[in-house]
Amino acid sequence: MRSYSNTYIFIFSSIMVIIVAALLSVAAMTLQPFQKKNVEINKKQNILTSINIESTAKDAEELYEKYIVENFAVNANGEKQEGVDAFKIDMKKELAKPLNERNLPIFISSLEDTKQYIIPVYGKGLWGPIWGYVALQEDLSTIFGANFSHKGETPGLGSEIDTKDFQSQFFGKEIFNEQGEFVSVSILKSGTADPNSKYEVDGISGGTITSVGVDAMLKDCLSSYETYIKNIKN
Amino acid sequence: MSAEKEPLFSSKNLKLLTEPLNDSNPITVQVLGICSALAVTVKVKPAFVLAIAVVVVMAVSNVVISLLRKTVPPRIRIIVQLVVIASMVILVDQVLKAFLFDVSKQLSVFVGLIITNCIIMGRLEAFALNNKPWQSFLDGLGNAAGYGVILIIVAFFRELLGSGTVWGYKVIPESVYDFGYENNGLMILPPMALIVVGAIIWVQRAKNKKLVESN
Repeated sequence: MRSYSNTYIFIFSSIMVIIVAALLSVAAMTLQPFQKKNVEINKKQNILTSINIESTAKDAEELYEKYIVENFAVNANGEKQEGVDAFKIDMKKELAKPLNERNLPIFISSLEDTKQYIIPVYGKGLWGPIWGYVALQEDLSTIFGANFSHKGETPGLGSEIDTKDFQSQFFGKEIFNEQGEFVSVSILKSGTADPNSKYEVDGISGGTITSVGVDAMLKDCLSSYETYIKNIKN
Repeated sequence: MSAEKEPLFSSKNLKLLTEPLNDSNPITVQVLGICSALAVTVKVKPAFVLAIAVVVVMAVSNVVISLLRKTVPPRIRIIVQLVVIASMVILVDQVLKAFLFDVSKQLSVFVGLIITNCIIMGRLEAFALNNKPWQSFLDGLGNAAGYGVILIIVAFFRELLGSGTVWGYKVIPESVYDFGYENNGLMILPPMALIVVGAIIWVQRAKNKKLVESN
């Protein structure tokens, strides 16, 4: 076996790293517009799913235009913010800010002559971020539909939050109790939720940390809209 | 292929391509790369895309390493191999994200995990470092195809019996369900992938006596 000097090894690795870096950055830059577009379409699909509209990558934009009539952002005091594109708001960045500096996006859809308020939620699962959209009926308490996605929860366990089975449990649940206090919807240990309760759903067995994550995500994100919702209601 | 290219496909070279499909199949004979065979074989489509991704990564990395084989210092050869594989995997992942977003979402981390697929590094180390580019290309193609074929066979049975579909299309008619047939939920769970792989190994050994150990 030939032996190589340290200098050779050093030069070899440097050149290799530079070539690889150049190659990957060129690829990343050329493909970025396509990827952004896909993410955007995916977001629209998720929003549509939260109001129970099934869409494909092809018709998502059209359906989105049709059903989502308005989007805007409010602050924690429920005042509308001017000049903010609600669709482009990154929930992760907003949640990192203190509550009174956040821009809170709301999407309003119109379906069967009623209005739905769609609220984005964002939180932490077991392995990475989880996020979703919760659509409230016109009374701003009853859940019309919900959609959750995740970056990389355990397949077959935590990842079940993105299935219809899990999401359909939320239909008809309420986030304000009869006294008008914010209670959110709690995700309990699988099999322990009272089917008659309007404020509880079953978690996923084997996906406890993800379930707890969804629970915390709903409480954190929905509670920031409390003032806005109360302002409209009164 | 045409006659003048014959030496390219000499029987020795062809063997590089065909042997991993059966006699030295990476999954069923060498028992490598099992993890992804368990994880992404619930549906045929993602399994197919992963198989293609592995074919691309493996064929290209094998050729690149083979071209570099005389210049790579042995002391850092593993690092060089990893860099080549990793950059290929990132490229494939980026392309999938741009053009096959749905599948890329389903495959999620498993595209990235191609890096750790022992078949690829195994072939780079055992073959590409000592052989010419064309042979390495065939070897990479053959091994990745051998891996992919098993992946798709496993996925076919798991999707058919577990979800009643193939490639997302319903193949078991509704009337069969009316007679009380039900999808086998167990097929969707990881253990069944192992059992299906086991069944394939069994069938393969029953047909191919060469593989049966003599002791």
